[in-house]
Amino acid sequence: MNKVKEFIQYLFSPRKRSCTVSFLLTVVLYLVMSVLIANGSVSSLIKGLLIPLCSYIVAALALNLTVGILGDLSLGQAGFMSVGAFTGAVVSAVLQQHLDSNLLILIISILAGTVMAALFGVLVGVPVLKLEGDYLAIVTLAFGQIVKTLISNFYVGIDSTGLKMSFIEDRTHLEAGGKMIINGPSGLSGNTRMSTFAVGFVLILITLVVIYHLLESRYGRAILATRDNKVVALTVGINTSKYKLITFVISAALTGAAGVLYAMNFSSITPAKFDFNLSIFILIYVVLGGLGNMTGTIVSTIVLMLLPELLRELNDYRMIIYALILIAIMLITNNRSLRSLYERLFLRKEKRNVESTDL
Amino acid sequence: MSRVLTCKNLGIDFGGLTAVNNLNMEIDENEIIGLIGPNGAGKTTVFNLLTKVYVPSRGNILFYDRDVTGDSTIQMSKSGIARTFQNIRLFDRLSVIDNIVIGMHNKLSYSMLDGIFKTPKYRKQEKEAYAKAEDLLEIFDLKADKDVLASSLPYGKQRKLEILRALATEPKLLLLDEPAAGMNPQETEELMNTIRLIRDRFHIAILLIEHDMNLVMNICERIYVLNYGMLLAKGTPDEIRNDPKVISAYLGD
Ligand SMILES: Nc1ncnc2c1ncn2[C@@H]1O[C@H](COP(=O)(O)OP(=O)(O)OP(=O)(O)O)[C@@H](O)[C@H]1O
Ligand SMILES: [Mg+2]
Repeated sequence: MNKVKEFIQYLFSPRKRSCTVSFLLTVVLYLVMSVLIANGSVSSLIKGLLIPLCSYIVAALALNLTVGILGDLSLGQAGFMSVGAFTGAVVSAVLQQHLDSNLLILIISILAGTVMAALFGVLVGVPVLKLEGDYLAIVTLAFGQIVKTLISNFYVGIDSTGLKMSFIEDRTHLEAGGKMIINGPSGLSGNTRMSTFAVGFVLILITLVVIYHLLESRYGRAILATRDNKVVALTVGINTSKYKLITFVISAALTGAAGVLYAMNFSSITPAKFDFNLSIFILIYVVLGGLGNMTGTIVSTIVLMLLPELLRELNDYRMIIYALILIAIMLITNNRSLRSLYERLFLRKEKRNVESTDL
Repeated sequence: MSRVLTCKNLGIDFGGLTAVNNLNMEIDENEIIGLIGPNGAGKTTVFNLLTKVYVPSRGNILFYDRDVTGDSTIQMSKSGIARTFQNIRLFDRLSVIDNIVIGMHNKLSYSMLDGIFKTPKYRKQEKEAYAKAEDLLEIFDLKADKDVLASSLPYGKQRKLEILRALATEPKLLLLDEPAAGMNPQETEELMNTIRLIRDRFHIAILLIEHDMNLVMNICERIYVLNYGMLLAKGTPDEIRNDPKVISAYLGD
């Protein structure tokens, strides 16, 4: 009995509390939704939103790691999702010829998308994170556009002789019975839908574990120290560029996983789906949920994603009202994280100057 | 006794301003050395040079007879130079005890996956690190504050915590930039004793910038006096106290 009490105290200790709350929230929401679905009291509209919602939550949590914890602005979430999505789709198409279990195929596809997005994270992060200032925002913005353009010109098909790819135009020349997987600007078609709400739920939990356990390790302390004061972090022997890169790559990897989950929920999906707007929406979820606040990210993603659907009846005025609600939330909360984002964006230079001469 | 630090003709310019010039300085193991001088004399700049926050324009730095002039800030920390800051620089978003554990960063060796899966290796090393941090907290009697955010500590305790963070890196040379600033005479007295205690317990050399002459003359075995970036005098507290150049430039009458 005492053990249980001790454990509960531990779960709600200052160090653990936010982790526990975000876990509980996720589990409770999942259970409630599952019961409602079993009852048949969830509309098909909402049901269709559940997996994208899980995917966005994962992408937003991942972004919060970069923007909220590390304090570097990234506008490339859609790009990393896209890399994950199309990698996962190709891998699953190949695996379907060899494996029967959809769940197993989905898991391997998610892993593949995660690894590929991580590689792209390294590619983007290595040159950029060495630089001072908000270059990351500019480069990740460009990265998202480049990914979209590249995939729109990418043709991948599979037939009995194996995987065939071409660039710019379709030169795959598939045999009869072959199947296009990625078809340039039209993207995926005939994709086998494998994602489930349960997998989405588990992916959120994994994301939370990765983020919180990272933060509770020497890696997390190094990341927070780097964010707090780079020069001081260096003087205690922390390789700040390394920890920036690690954070960014983990964030990219998790986002890739989110992308696979998303793609494997649809039978067709175009590269243009992962556009700049998506990156901005995910950033909005993070900022409104609170920088560094994982529970807040989950709540704000759910609210802000369901809101447009609930407003759907209002039709033409939908986006206007959505925008007004966003502005209202900002004004009402006037929340610290918004202010600190603003400071980061516009007041950063001055602050840094003070820092460097004021040791 | 072996030589910890040697500066040879060390200097740095900021544009047209020569902040430190031709500095020659030696520190031996277990010594407590004072670095004094008027405001703007270049004392803090010396610390920034020794930790490579600034890159020297001229001269060499030897650490245990190894030339470390070209080393990075990280390498200086790994070699064993730790410092505090004149304007307190704690990690505000970390708790008091985490500010100490962060100093042990390079002493912990578990991998990221160990951390994410919380392997026995992770648990063991973290447990040891936090136990060690608690021991360090006892030096300044800060154990009761261990879980609060560093930024919420009163000023004097923040200064002490900075010293502990530096100690956590297991330095061989500790640089203290005005550790007694803002403390009352009684606190200063306590600090003086603690600095001696730290030297004896950890067997390290300490280089100390301080304006409180009472403290400097009391605990330093030797003193270097800077003026306009140049070495004005060096010697024992008695020699410095009676040096006419030092009296006219700094000590006054
Ligand atoms: N990054 C920098 N850029 C330009 N000038 C600098 C820089 N750092 C220090 N200086 C100048 O070098 C000189 C020495 O400064 P320093 O901070 O080392 O003095 P100090 O002896 O520590 O003084 P105090 O007792 O006031 O702390 C000053 O004139 C200062 O303005
Ligand atoms: Mg100074």
